[in-house]
Amino acid sequence: MSEVTIIMNEQAITVPAGTTILTAARENGIEIPTLCHDPEVSRYGGCRLCVVEVAGWGSLPAACVTEVRPDMVIETESARVLEARRTILELLLANHPEDCLTCEKTGACALQDYAYRYGVRRDAFLGERQNHPLEADNPFIIRDMNKCILCGKCVRVCSEVVGRSAIDFSHRGFRARVATALDEGLQQSGCVFCGSCLEVCPVGALTEKKGRGKGRPWEMTSVTTTCPYCGVGCQLKLQVKNQRVIGARAGGSGLNGRHLCVKGRFGHGFIHHPDRLKKPLLRKEGVLQEVSWSEALAYTAQRLSQVKQQSGGAAIGVLASARISNEENYLLNKFARRVLATNNLDHCARL
Amino acid sequence: MTNSIDEIAGADFILAIGSNTTEAHPIISLRIRRAVQRGATLVVVDPRKTELAELAGQHLQLVSGTDIILLNSLVHVILEEGLWNQEFVQSRCEGLAELKQAVEPYTPKYAEQLTGIPAAVLQQTARGYAQAAKATVVYTMGLTQHVSGTDNVLALTNLVLLCGQIGRESTGINPLRGQNNVQGACDMGALPNVFTGYQPVADDACRQKFAEAWGGPLPAQPGLTLGQMMDAAQQETLKAMYIVGENPVLADADANHVAAALAKLDFLVVQDIFLTETAKLADVVLPAVSFAEKDGTFTNTERRVQRVRQAVPPVGDSLADWQITSALSNLLGYPMPYGHPEEIFRELVKVTPSYAGMTYARLEQAGIQWPCPQADHPGTPFLHQGEFVRGKGKFHAVHYLSPAELPDEQYPLLLNTGRRLFHYHTGSMTLRTGLQEICPEERLDISLQDAAALGLNQGERVRLTSRRGTVISSVHISDRVPQGMVFASFHFPEVAINQLTNDARCPKSNISEFKICAVKIEKI
Ligand code: SF4
Ligand code: SF4
Ligand code: SF4
Ligand code: FES
Repeated sequence: MSEVTIIMNEQAITVPAGTTILTAARENGIEIPTLCHDPEVSRYGGCRLCVVEVAGWGSLPAACVTEVRPDMVIETESARVLEARRTILELLLANHPEDCLTCEKTGACALQDYAYRYGVRRDAFLGERQNHPLEADNPFIIRDMNKCILCGKCVRVCSEVVGRSAIDFSHRGFRARVATALDEGLQQSGCVFCGSCLEVCPVGALTEKKGRGKGRPWEMTSVTTTCPYCGVGCQLKLQVKNQRVIGARAGGSGLNGRHLCVKGRFGHGFIHHPDRLKKPLLRKEGVLQEVSWSEALAYTAQRLSQVKQQSGGAAIGVLASARISNEENYLLNKFARRVLATNNLDHCARL
Repeated sequence: MTNSIDEIAGADFILAIGSNTTEAHPIISLRIRRAVQRGATLVVVDPRKTELAELAGQHLQLVSGTDIILLNSLVHVILEEGLWNQEFVQSRCEGLAELKQAVEPYTPKYAEQLTGIPAAVLQQTARGYAQAAKATVVYTMGLTQHVSGTDNVLALTNLVLLCGQIGRESTGINPLRGQNNVQGACDMGALPNVFTGYQPVADDACRQKFAEAWGGPLPAQPGLTLGQMMDAAQQETLKAMYIVGENPVLADADANHVAAALAKLDFLVVQDIFLTETAKLADVVLPAVSFAEKDGTFTNTERRVQRVRQAVPPVGDSLADWQITSALSNLLGYPMPYGHPEEIFRELVKVTPSYAGMTYARLEQAGIQWPCPQADHPGTPFLHQGEFVRGKGKFHAVHYLSPAELPDEQYPLLLNTGRRLFHYHTGSMTLRTGLQEICPEERLDISLQDAAALGLNQGERVRLTSRRGTVISSVHISDRVPQGMVFASFHFPEVAINQLTNDARCPKSNISEFKICAVKIEKI
């Protein structure tokens, strides 16, 4: 593959032909802001926040869609570039609701971060505001199209990666927004509630319903673990606050990247469900009653050893589980064969 | 799986059999979709018109239970047209003569009559698979939950071996495992006949090795499978059971039989996170913690051992399963003095050759795919490169076996069962999350034709009866099922569909025929 050498911020950089200016910059530690670019989906070039200045070019090209050419001389933070970015951010803020105080995205919002970084306030143009109703007629995702910056990432991830095309741009100009085909709720749209759109949305337009008001990004610790449902073994980042799991995000790397299915992403409510067993139960006079661990364990051990003595280990069966860990299955294997002296050990592998 | 999930995206030809991948393994379906976007051919073999079937270039909507006929006919075509991989077969396989003889009668014309798939489509599929640069197969319970389940898989293996579509990247034969750690439970010897790493209990050397590691004698006779245990409980030869994290009362075929068998036990102890239908029958219920409250490892369907990390403290007085088992063992006079799951992991890798090179530190980043025999081994993304574990790959002569119970006059419809996207297994977890709100009840899928014949409207309630039991469900009129078939999941306790399913089992694998039984429907 042929290579191309360019000068970026006075630094000589050599990359394979066909590389975009954005990729060349990122691979060399130069940060260029983006809103609509996403490496996993097709190039779009819509927001223009990523513009850079190329010597000899009249207009400022968007770094995310412009490929390097030999001997390009690029400035990523020239005065013209900064002015252009500020204007873009001012326009975006002009019709963005003033809701950062209560917005779920605060602290993890690209628009907020860039406004801060480029020193843009929300007073330059006082534009007309959108006034769309909140769309929340499903258990998982709240869509607030007043906050949408039309980056189109949700549309592309839904069609290109998830393959659902549940949402698309509708209307034009000022009224443009992202909607389901018939403008009905997500539940009627073929959406599978994978939440991949949540994962890519740079602002607070798409947020998780169950997590509302439960915690700020900086208050939560994130624990990477493995999904408890199907055999794919997606990596999850459980969001924990005050010793409770209040959300789950995709692990970000590994086999599932930023994607999960509805069970992995939204199916964690069982962890703290009131029905969880909290104490051992022992059947007394026909009814299961709460008892202490020592009583439950002593009774169990006594009954198992009684059966073993009277009828032999082969009269005992053990079901291990496809749900518990390797370590736990190993211990049950050892416990059944060595302690109970039975090979009657199985689990529901056959379903 | 012989291969990694990621490799699916690199295949040119994907044959998916009996796998409702978009609902049961959604993230794997993203890889299949990516392969299709890249131009790969996807052929789906399924009696139902699943979403994956809609994505496929070719949907072979076969008559339920005729998989062997279909697969043998593909082999027939490939042999007849000389499309097989001679070099691979000569150097790595044996039994070709028997295979040739066995598939002789399975002409595409004959197969067309029984499977309902046109001969030309069978020929086209055979050619496409044989001639692809990288062809891969994925299959799930749709292939295995039949009385001929093992033979179905052998018939598929014949096809794979004959074309040499294995042992390279993005080729292979890939069963997608249903539960988070079903692979690990098998690897860890939670089976009646093997220790960890599939070391047979009946093998003297293996038993000796474990007897030394565990400091005492071990029984030599392979034990009972789950289904056999239920039979033995029914006959009162099995007297006590210790059931950990399983809900056989809802999950097993012919569930009424299971509940009756458990009721006959002298002693039943169940360890789980909820009071499941099985736990309700127990003498003792021990509260375990969920995955979020403990450390450990799970092994996924591509053999990747990955960490599970504790995120929150145990709920109430619950304890991790490893702690409970250790405590019981201590009381029974065999000390298990573990302080942390990592200590157990260090012990188990010593007796498990395929895990021998793993440590928690090495698993930290992205896990490791077994076999990983030494500390410096990177793990194995795909199996059977160069040679098969048992030496030569063997062809098996297998023949069609009729399902144990087909529709008849009295029970005119075929009941097929499986999973749905929004729920999991017997629902003990997902029915306690927001997923319940979006998919609140079971709805029996039924074809437009059958619904019309029975005078049913969308959502109407019906009584569904087999020779073993009855449930009440509402109906969902859908073109996903063909005429003559109804489909239900086993996720909802209110519609305990496994009270109806047939416990006829594949004699080799002991898997029940969850996919086919005869039922009738009455409007109520
Ligand atoms: S949740 Fe998934 S399917 Fe639904 S709109 Fe978002 S990306 Fe599309
Ligand atoms: S909803 Fe979010 S991801 Fe979608 S277009 Fe709007 S800002 Fe972008
Ligand atoms: S997120 Fe979905 S696809 Fe991934 S492991 Fe969990 S259940 Fe399976
Ligand atoms: S990030 Fe380049 S145009 Fe939006």
